[in-house]
Amino acid sequence: MRKVAAVRKKRTLRERIRRLFRMMWRVRGLYLLLLPALIWLVVFKYGSMYGVQIAFRDYSFRKGITGSPWVGLKYFKAFWGQHNFWTLFSNTLILSVYQLIAGFPIPIMFALLLTHLRSQRLKKVVQTVSYAPYFISAVVLVALLQVVLHRTTGIVNILLQRLGCEPIWFMGREDLFRHVYVWSDVWQKIGWNSIIYIAALAGVSPELHEAAIMDGATKLQRIRYVDLPTIRPTIVTLLILNTGHVMSLGFEKAYLMQNSLNSGVSEIISTFVYKIGMTSGQFSYSTAVGLFNSIINLILLITVNKISKKLTDSGLF
Amino acid sequence: MQGKKKVRQKSRHRHQCTSDTIFDVSNTIVMLFMLVIFAYPIYFVLIASISDPMLVNSGQVILIPKGLSFGGYERIFENEKIVRAYANTIAYTVVGTGINVALTISGGYVLSRKDLPGRGFLTLLFVVTMFFDGGMIPNYLIVRNLRLYNTFWAMVIPNALSVWNLMLAKSFFETSIPGELREVSEVDGCGNVRFFLSIVVPLSKALIAVMVLFYAVIHWNSYFNAMLYLKDESRQNLQLLLRQILIVEQANVNDISASMSDYTERMKSIEQLKYGLIVVASLPMMVIYPFVQKHFVKGVMVGAVKG
Repeated sequence: MRKVAAVRKKRTLRERIRRLFRMMWRVRGLYLLLLPALIWLVVFKYGSMYGVQIAFRDYSFRKGITGSPWVGLKYFKAFWGQHNFWTLFSNTLILSVYQLIAGFPIPIMFALLLTHLRSQRLKKVVQTVSYAPYFISAVVLVALLQVVLHRTTGIVNILLQRLGCEPIWFMGREDLFRHVYVWSDVWQKIGWNSIIYIAALAGVSPELHEAAIMDGATKLQRIRYVDLPTIRPTIVTLLILNTGHVMSLGFEKAYLMQNSLNSGVSEIISTFVYKIGMTSGQFSYSTAVGLFNSIINLILLITVNKISKKLTDSGLF
Repeated sequence: MQGKKKVRQKSRHRHQCTSDTIFDVSNTIVMLFMLVIFAYPIYFVLIASISDPMLVNSGQVILIPKGLSFGGYERIFENEKIVRAYANTIAYTVVGTGINVALTISGGYVLSRKDLPGRGFLTLLFVVTMFFDGGMIPNYLIVRNLRLYNTFWAMVIPNALSVWNLMLAKSFFETSIPGELREVSEVDGCGNVRFFLSIVVPLSKALIAVMVLFYAVIHWNSYFNAMLYLKDESRQNLQLLLRQILIVEQANVNDISASMSDYTERMKSIEQLKYGLIVVASLPMMVIYPFVQKHFVKGVMVGAVKG
């Protein structure tokens, strides 16, 4: 009896595999369509994960990745022991937390105000124009900042002087670097980051608003009690995403804005990774610093997600 | 009694009206102010690029262009380096975006098919890479080992796909291509590849439009990859050259206009060149995006509103 069952089980397993292959064969065209993306993924993404091992080796071009000797945590320890480790760490953290605090709520407010704008035509114009800064490249943005904020010939300082103020050297003062960096970023992204909230607000059922109007609610009250609760899940999700990325500050803009006058605050982990990697050619060291940074990011993202799941029942994964 | 109630309701209504009027008026003012903040810097660069640089630098050009001159633009288009970098950028953008969109749409569609054996595993394979990346040097080594370094392909292959956009495409297809459509055409003997090309692609024009814009912007504005993966000046793209001219060494501009003998004349065109370059570098994307704007939501919504 038992034997028969085992045989049947075996047969069904074989049957199952055969059926799976038949199913796969039936959609073979789909695998073909996915193949290019898959090859790219394996070569470039998994290839770079494989290459990350040089953080634990003494990499040299001649010996290649696997031929270079293991050195364990040598480069991580070197980074932690680096005299400016804490400066780099805090520069990165302060800059991105500042960016999050300034850059996160403003698009929400912008979306709320724009949605409740009376004139539909103005609404359209403002929305379209608000996207424009987003399409400016980092290089052009920094060039634009240099031109507009120039110490003597910049339009901002000219206007300041006309108002009777002293001209300000925005790009050369260390204490202003973070403000210029963050607020120019806010300027670039208000419109773009508000898209998602505007879409979420368009999904608020009009009946809720009508009912609120019947109850005599003002527009401000409707924003507070109708709109905000509806878009809350969106806000939470984006807050998690952004908080999780707090330590992954982009390289481009900070690097472009750097000069000898502001290097005390403008040197962040990603610019440091570039410099030791490409300028001084210390590949293993650079990879170790980058890896250290991405591990922090990963831990941060998971932690924030857990907290948010506990508090609000909504998380990313 | 009833009259009283009516009066009360009326006054409440009026109160609501005044409060809302205040809101409307101040909202309009705030939005007009925002409009100026968004638009003015861009507008200023535009008028400065066609004005007399001396007037710009002394702060006389504020609302309208003064001392109209197109010298800056002439210099830009006469300059071989700039023209070549511009042509390079166009080539990288067109080829790169083509590859990007092809991979994203086909991959996204396949991963959206619920009857695909191994779908969960394959999706996971992609998603994992969104959270962890080897970093700059490992990527650089791959480019070198594949002999892509300092070639045209270094600018398009390493970023042939954005996994984030792939996931956007996947969820777009999940919601917009009904499964019945496939069943019907399967009965008609239409294979998966043909179904994708002749049914799915035409149905997803909005998504394709958004993807084209997203990827084109990345290529157009990219300078980090160019800095890492290119060596020859002849392959340089626009952003890399702009960085050199506008940010790194403005002295470079001096030899661009070396033919001019008069120093003040030279200074003049350097200043004008700056504004002109900013315009020339940003104009294409600024002109294109309004056409795709109404589809933006498709490109940012899907992935992020999962929670």
